Amino acid sequence: MAMLEVEDLNVRFYTDDGVVKATNDLSYRIEAGERFGVVGESGAGKSVTSLALMRLIDEPGVIESGEIRFKGQNLLEMNEEEMRSLRGNEIAMIFQDAETALNPSYTVGEQISEAIRYHLDLDEAAARERAIETLESVGIPSAAERYSDYPHEFSGGMQQRVVIAIALSCDPDLIIADEPTTALDVTIEAQILELLEEVATEFDTAIQLITHDLGVVAEFCDRVMVMYAGHPVEMAPVEDVYYNPQHPYTVGLMSSIPRIGDDRDRLQTIPGRMPDLIEMPPGCNFHPRCPYAEESCTRVDPQLVDVETGDPADPINSDAQTAACLAHTGELTGELEYEVTVRGEDDFPGPDGASSSAEVTDR
Amino acid sequence: MSGSEPLLRVEGLEKYYESESDFIDRLLGRQKKVKAVDGVSFEINEGETLGLVGESGCGKSTIGRSILQLREPTAGSVYFKGQDITTLSDSELRDLRKEMQIIFQNPQSSLNPRLTVNDIIGEALDIHGIEGDVTRDARIKDLLERVGLNASHANRYPHEFSGGQLQRIGIARALAVDPDFIVCDEPVSALDVSVQAQILNLLEDLQDELGIAYLFIAHDLSVVEHIADEIAVMYLGKIAEIGTPEELFVPPQHPYTEALLSAIPEPDPLWEGDRILLEGSVPSPIDPPSGCKFHTRCPRVIPPSDYEFEQEEWRAVMSFRHRAREEDIAVETFGDDDDALTEALRDELDLPSSLTDPEAERVVEEALRSVADEEFAAAESVLRETFETPCTTDEPALRRTDAGRVACHLFDPAYESGPTDGTRTDDGAVTGDGAAASGDD
Repeated sequence: MAMLEVEDLNVRFYTDDGVVKATNDLSYRIEAGERFGVVGESGAGKSVTSLALMRLIDEPGVIESGEIRFKGQNLLEMNEEEMRSLRGNEIAMIFQDAETALNPSYTVGEQISEAIRYHLDLDEAAARERAIETLESVGIPSAAERYSDYPHEFSGGMQQRVVIAIALSCDPDLIIADEPTTALDVTIEAQILELLEEVATEFDTAIQLITHDLGVVAEFCDRVMVMYAGHPVEMAPVEDVYYNPQHPYTVGLMSSIPRIGDDRDRLQTIPGRMPDLIEMPPGCNFHPRCPYAEESCTRVDPQLVDVETGDPADPINSDAQTAACLAHTGELTGELEYEVTVRGEDDFPGPDGASSSAEVTDR
Repeated sequence: MSGSEPLLRVEGLEKYYESESDFIDRLLGRQKKVKAVDGVSFEINEGETLGLVGESGCGKSTIGRSILQLREPTAGSVYFKGQDITTLSDSELRDLRKEMQIIFQNPQSSLNPRLTVNDIIGEALDIHGIEGDVTRDARIKDLLERVGLNASHANRYPHEFSGGQLQRIGIARALAVDPDFIVCDEPVSALDVSVQAQILNLLEDLQDELGIAYLFIAHDLSVVEHIADEIAVMYLGKIAEIGTPEELFVPPQHPYTEALLSAIPEPDPLWEGDRILLEGSVPSPIDPPSGCKFHTRCPRVIPPSDYEFEQEEWRAVMSFRHRAREEDIAVETFGDDDDALTEALRDELDLPSSLTDPEAERVVEEALRSVADEEFAAAESVLRETFETPCTTDEPALRRTDAGRVACHLFDPAYESGPTDGTRTDDGAVTGDGAAASGDD
């Protein structure tokens, strides 16, 4: 049994314009200590997925069906009280915008020790001590002094460190990090990712990292789920996805990353945009944007299958590379044609020359 | 300045703001100047793109707005088609805005939600009296199609479009007056990567077709590389390095450019390059560091020639000095015992338990003891006076190197620290003059 198992999760938003199908029969798992990446464009359902894990879906949203099992217990059957003792304690969350995640009218120290007092039942002094230790562990200099500073006295990168400190304060088993570095400058992003990696290893914490940046995923994650229109289109160990992507959408995402030193005149793009989640295209949701789409794609909704065998995927028990594309069930007449170039040491103009990188060209 | 005049020439542009201050401060003249842009010069030729890159707060957006005279520059000149536009009257400026336009980062907030697309684009035409009633609609349709939108959507409101489509509308609005120059202020930063690529391609196509020049502002080097003919990397209001993409991405590089490049996450799971992690964040422009503004974070600060330092040791000593100056070391938390205290301080400051050079070790130990007694000024001054480096005293000027122009003492033969044969450039005096150069070994 994995630490976290999500099975057939369906989240719906009942809006005036119609029912928004934010996630559709979503299944995945995260093992203890694993780093699991969730990628996709805006509107793919990444953030809804993480809010559902915390049971933080608000009106008009509803978790319609499915199970979220954390250490074997179904979170959807817990009462509010049980849920509250889990949030921030065993499952913690890091948000994109640290400035809004922190309360401007409390000192950062108070915001950390609040969670510690509540969940770990420590007295004031002990909670303070632990809060200072946590601040130190996320690399805040002079932590004891800065304990009583307010959020506005910290820079953006330092605020994100505080948010990470709050998440770590009760030693959670799972951290859900929703675009934790998107609002930061690239040099600060590198610091924060290194920090997350360090603390995740030190405390053996599993991390679900939600991001639209494939570079961040490559660097950080063990396995990755590529989402499109509320469901996974590809799920696999991270090397498979980067060196041998098996879904046209993954290929499109990879090839639209601007890379320094490539000599392509034009960037590859994915034409069009994510469909309206109220009225999704029939068959494969991606077919209107897919360069390989055929007539059958407009009729048949492809299931997530093992790309080797074509058998239905078992995302909860298996590590195999899976993708939801008719090409893998023999229902396409053509083939997915593209080329993955892994850049060697010779042609990379970076500062150290010792590197390689994968690049996908869509033909 | 011989030969053909570039479309846009910016010379010694400065934009200072007064820092926040209360009434008493103002009365006593204690306001401080925030040097958002501090003497920047560059040129953009017709139909070409200059990329302007740097972290938040480096002044890149202020430059864009100062060029358009949306913010009045404190000093310096902006020549557009040979004319200094900083001296123009309001009505002359209004005419000029037909030729210079801007695209903003966030189309959601830069397009009026109460106007239809037709009116958003038409407004620009009306203000500048460009088209008559008959041809107006045709012109708007043409613009929409040119930026890849369906002309029949002209009567929709902004909320009916996605982020990428809104940015296309922003581009159509800028194009409406047929400009020769557009400031693109982070136009793709808020967009998904696939949409980002679409917009970048669109901007490039438009440039090819219409010969528009861009000042393309971004915080991401990999985005700029694709679109720019020349790239300027900014740090704290100054240009650290400027050159063509080819020049910028090969050594010699400014250590800041090097760090920015290395910080871009590699979309390759097995990538094993060494990432350069910069310490801390950009210092406040209210009280910027002396000498080279990057010296507080630079991994390659020039070590003093009289002492032997490993580069990392030296970086730690420099950071120690910086934190002593800022009094940013919480001494009281480390306990009372003297030995344990300096030990804890070394740990906090990433200083090794003993430096390679015994003489340097003695000085650092002395500084540590001063800090232990909370005499930060004493610690700072002993470090400053003993260990001299041009990076903290002399401001580097942009010098031509084998690859682009770089403002860094490492590439200045006067400091004989870097292997270069740089020569003086014509747009900035060289600050080092033999006397400040280091020893002769």
